[in-house]
Amino acid sequence: MKSLTLSRDALLALALIALVGLVYLRFPAFASPNSLLGVFNDTSILIILALGQMAVILTRCIDLSMASNLALVGMCTAMLNSALPSIPIPILVFLAMFLGALLGSINGILVWKLDIPPIVVTLGTLTIFRGLIFLLSEGQWVNAHEMSPAFKALPRLSIFGIPALSWFAILCIAGMYVLLTRTHYGRAFYAVGGNPNAAVYTGIDVGRTRFNAFVLSGALSGIAGYLWVSRYAVAYVDIAAGFELDVVAACVIGGISIAGGMGSIGGAVLGALFLGVIKNALPVVNISPFWQQAISGAAIIVAVIFNARSERRLGRIILKKAEQI
Amino acid sequence: MKKITTLLSAVALSSTVALSPVQADDMRIAIVVKALGIGFFEAAAKGAEEAATELGGVEIIYTGPTDTTAEGQIEVINSLIAQKVDAIAISANDQDALVPALKKAMSRGITVISWDSGVAPEGRQMHLNPSSNSLIGNMIVKMAADQLPEGGDVAVLSASATATNQNIWIEEMNKVVGNYTGINVVATVYGDDLSDKSYREAQGLMASHPDLKAIIAPSTVAIVAASQAVSDAGRAGEVLVTGLGLPSEMAGHVESGASKSFAIWNPIDLGYAATMISYNLAKGEATADAGGEIGMGRLGSVTLSDTLDGAMSDPFVYDASNINDFKDIF
Repeated sequence: MKSLTLSRDALLALALIALVGLVYLRFPAFASPNSLLGVFNDTSILIILALGQMAVILTRCIDLSMASNLALVGMCTAMLNSALPSIPIPILVFLAMFLGALLGSINGILVWKLDIPPIVVTLGTLTIFRGLIFLLSEGQWVNAHEMSPAFKALPRLSIFGIPALSWFAILCIAGMYVLLTRTHYGRAFYAVGGNPNAAVYTGIDVGRTRFNAFVLSGALSGIAGYLWVSRYAVAYVDIAAGFELDVVAACVIGGISIAGGMGSIGGAVLGALFLGVIKNALPVVNISPFWQQAISGAAIIVAVIFNARSERRLGRIILKKAEQI
Repeated sequence: MKKITTLLSAVALSSTVALSPVQADDMRIAIVVKALGIGFFEAAAKGAEEAATELGGVEIIYTGPTDTTAEGQIEVINSLIAQKVDAIAISANDQDALVPALKKAMSRGITVISWDSGVAPEGRQMHLNPSSNSLIGNMIVKMAADQLPEGGDVAVLSASATATNQNIWIEEMNKVVGNYTGINVVATVYGDDLSDKSYREAQGLMASHPDLKAIIAPSTVAIVAASQAVSDAGRAGEVLVTGLGLPSEMAGHVESGASKSFAIWNPIDLGYAATMISYNLAKGEATADAGGEIGMGRLGSVTLSDTLDGAMSDPFVYDASNINDFKDIF
């Protein structure tokens, strides 16, 4: 089992390298170290969100409200910054994380206490959060000149030659790695998703674990909200609209099983990078915009087919049936 | 008692004295907006006042509902009919719903025009568009050309590939691009009106066209994202960003030097022109006929099409010299 996940990540890594190679043939400058760092930097937000989504998917749930959560927190931090520019940015980032976690906990409570299917809950909060942004901002934009210079500077701050935005992603990857492999809190995600009945017998509260996963994905969305708004130096109602689908796609490409319980940090990161490379490569290889959408879609379907096949080989579905009897 | 009668008659007398010049001379033009308290319309009202001062003997009634609903505007129109104003110039919340109320106004001899956001032809005498597709198409490439006396490569960063407005403007732009020597349009890409995609497309343009001199973005999302991408790449000033944007959204990017100039309609001019047209129509100095011309004071005149609408002027160009006057307005 372990060797199989490893080899899947390795295969995905090879596919990623092949993809970069393919772009290199048409546009050599794409494969330069600087350009690749740029791609990683551009994909940082997607990576952070994919890590949160992964935690949720591991517990057999899904969080479709991540992009709306990001946009709402982004708007709040931008408005707070323009109203009170004296609030130090680290505190603002912490507030963003806290607010995101709070929004995530709403999803968590509804799933945990009221036992509503997560797809319904998060589909609801997806639109509720968007609506809240409109109420809060009255449809107005927060523009570049209304944000403090420090607010916009943080993601661009270069540390050892790498922008802070990338460091945020690296820190999140490291943090999630420790959490999912070394802590009871994180291991519970796998246990709950792998076999909820068995998890109960080992003393894990399934509902609570799912709640934790939603809070985690909310907190990561919150951080991403600040990063998004400061990176693009603008906040309005529609930011990151539809981005939740990219996040789910990144997880699916990365081999996180939608059936729960299976997936690795490496997979989520590689899945996000795979999408990131496609998104960054398409503008430079000069392909019609209509083909671009088709290519992104095809990549996702190919990944799902591949995942579905490898899951079947494990015989999961047969085992599930046996459990139900 | 006698004292009171004297007093009353004095009041009556003074009120006739005060009122009579209004009724005899002053033309009352109502500027009806989508909703009160919107910066764009407040600016238009400023333009209307400017026109009134220039014309003399004109009283502007700036009014509108408190929220952007057609019902609110119908109420406003009915009360204006009751007040017997001379002209109504309206930016409509609904193209069709206002028609009956405005027809009633016209049947009472009130001049009715629409501006900014139009009313169906049967509900108004003419409609004033802020600009026209061909003027916008020309302006977006002209702004780039003005900054590039020696010519160079320019690229277009649009909204989505299926966006009707943007496609028409780009088409119109491509028709006239030959008039600007040395300007080459090397690519047209689409940011889908998403900040992140527009940002990446702008980065892609800079990477695949190292000699790129300007990015033309006829979309408010794209122009902001492109400006940010150019600043982040450290190429502000080398790669100019221009196109259509709002002063409030672009102020920071004009300051950073990523964008030297961009265009959008000027609400002050729009209010001014609407007032001038209403005045000329109400005075009978012009009639709203297909192909006819109506004067707009300092803005020249508007020529009406077969559907009785006309374009005011070129989009107004904003740059470092005037952006601070407008960034708080809209």
